[in-house]
Amino acid sequence: MSFREIIIQQLFNGLLLGSFYGLVALGYSMVYGIIKLLNFAHADIYMVGGFCSLSLLAFFGGTFFGNGWLGIIAAMLITMIIVGLLGVLIERIAYRPLRDAPRLSLLITALGVSMILYNAVMVITGGEYKAYKTGLGFEGFSLGSVHVTYTQAILIVAAVSLMFVLHLFITRTMYGKAMRAISMDLDCCRLMGVNVNKIIALTFFVGSALAASAGMMAGVYYGSLHFFMGFVIGIKAFTSAVIGGIGVIPGAMLGGVLLGLLESFGTQIPFIGSEWKDVFSFSILILILIFKPTGLLGKKESERM
Amino acid sequence: MKEKQTAAARTAIKRDNPLAGLINRLYIIFDNKKIRYSVLAIAVAVLLYLPMITSLYFMEVMTNVWFNVTVCLGLNIIVGFAGLLSLGYAAFFAVGAYTTGILISHYGVSFWLTLPVSVLMAIIAGLAIGAPTLKLRSDYLAIVTLGFGEIIRLAARNLQITGRATGLVGIDRPVLFGMTLYKINHFYYAFLLVAILAIFVSYRLQDSRLGRAWKCIREDEDAAEAMGINVFVIGSVFGAVAGSFMAVKMTAISPESFLFTQSVMILLAVVLGGMGKIPGVILGAFAIVVFPEVFRGIGEYRMLIFGLLLLVLMIYRPQGLWPERHT
Repeated sequence: MSFREIIIQQLFNGLLLGSFYGLVALGYSMVYGIIKLLNFAHADIYMVGGFCSLSLLAFFGGTFFGNGWLGIIAAMLITMIIVGLLGVLIERIAYRPLRDAPRLSLLITALGVSMILYNAVMVITGGEYKAYKTGLGFEGFSLGSVHVTYTQAILIVAAVSLMFVLHLFITRTMYGKAMRAISMDLDCCRLMGVNVNKIIALTFFVGSALAASAGMMAGVYYGSLHFFMGFVIGIKAFTSAVIGGIGVIPGAMLGGVLLGLLESFGTQIPFIGSEWKDVFSFSILILILIFKPTGLLGKKESERM
Repeated sequence: MKEKQTAAARTAIKRDNPLAGLINRLYIIFDNKKIRYSVLAIAVAVLLYLPMITSLYFMEVMTNVWFNVTVCLGLNIIVGFAGLLSLGYAAFFAVGAYTTGILISHYGVSFWLTLPVSVLMAIIAGLAIGAPTLKLRSDYLAIVTLGFGEIIRLAARNLQITGRATGLVGIDRPVLFGMTLYKINHFYYAFLLVAILAIFVSYRLQDSRLGRAWKCIREDEDAAEAMGINVFVIGSVFGAVAGSFMAVKMTAISPESFLFTQSVMILLAVVLGGMGKIPGVILGAFAIVVFPEVFRGIGEYRMLIFGLLLLVLMIYRPQGLWPERHT
């Protein structure tokens, strides 16, 4: 491949990877923004989303009223609802009782929820890789000599439109306004008559649903699922959220795309190579947390918790 | 946290249930130095005598217990004493294990000489993670330590000197006064010794000026900036020494021995027993080793049950089974 083709190929890979990271990062960012919790279980929600959609597709037999695409869209919507409700349930059982507890207890609880989720899936799936068959072909179009399948193109479009819908939801609706208000001052919102518990539950619903959609997309893209697949992407999505400025919605998307591009171009640097890919991303995370913890779009805050 | 615990302690006394009364009486008995030391002496004597009467399997389990006691006490310095959540503790005993493994199998150094090197490497690793992270919030710190743990493991997987994915095999057994240590009983005594040393050092640290300073970090994180570094340095030394001994006991180490789940298990032990309380942490280490052995049937459900335990514990008893008493 020529230099130009490598650039195009990596640009495309980076965008695709970045949109997955961005979708998962949104959930981290929203939850962090609203209750200041680093939700370790979020990455496992992404994984559960992948498996949930796989079972749904199997249940539909790959189609919905005889149409492959319709089947996938239906599976995605139902997955988003189911997993969104799972997120609400987790918040209700595990996080709400501890909302005023010390930070350390809350973090450990989140870790416990994460362990429960991935081990439950491990027990159910027998710890094996599950093939993700969709019946979508490899037809597509070419950019130069770079082949892009329709599936890949549609994944990017879907991810971007989900982010756009979320952006409208946050900026244009009363619920979105309430979320932004709570992230500024929870107690004050309660005094002003905002139903804080409901809005927090809604945040978990939206965040989990987005992560679930990303999980399904990852299944379609990579063609297989594994119970531990959330772990690495969880750290990377968190990195994306931090790069963009945690708690800032457009920041999470920007961070995701940036990290995706950095990673796909980073692996082209002779010294790094694909086996050092994760080390590269984790180092970026550590460096950013140390030198610019507020991220690119984040507000300055001197508060320590 | 402090307020909650004192409240819990107060209700325990107020409720006046027979168990709480019994425990209180035990505390009073143990306040007597003579009684305390004689009980300790008997316990140590029993532990020393154990290998003479029990099976090899039991010794294997007990050796594992002492290993876990050591690493848990190391993590307890970071999480319990200073209240800094660390999710990459396995990295520290990876540092110890690999230092010993590389020195023995590549350079033929005696095991006992690798120990100081291993401690030195642990200090460097502790500084590397401790120094830049002082100003971080607790949740950022958690994710940095997690990333650090993964970087160490992935580096071990990718580097030539650490044997890549297969790791190091055939590490020579240590020789002590002309006797090669190879039986499980030898390692039982070695790990028991290390664990007793760890317990002793933990108590001395807890009562020292440094230990009190760490408590201040826990209660008020602003103090962390001044004291945070040495928490990681000392905590990592415990892990590295245990890791060095582990390397020669197993004679083989691979990156898979230092997974994230390993770090989480150690954290669970510390949380289960009661963060910051040394006997509690020992109890926790004992529990995480013995529980899966007793309930062999649970097999793959093990981590699931531990996850549930962590959740229930945090909601209903955040101070752990044997919490610190605030007076």
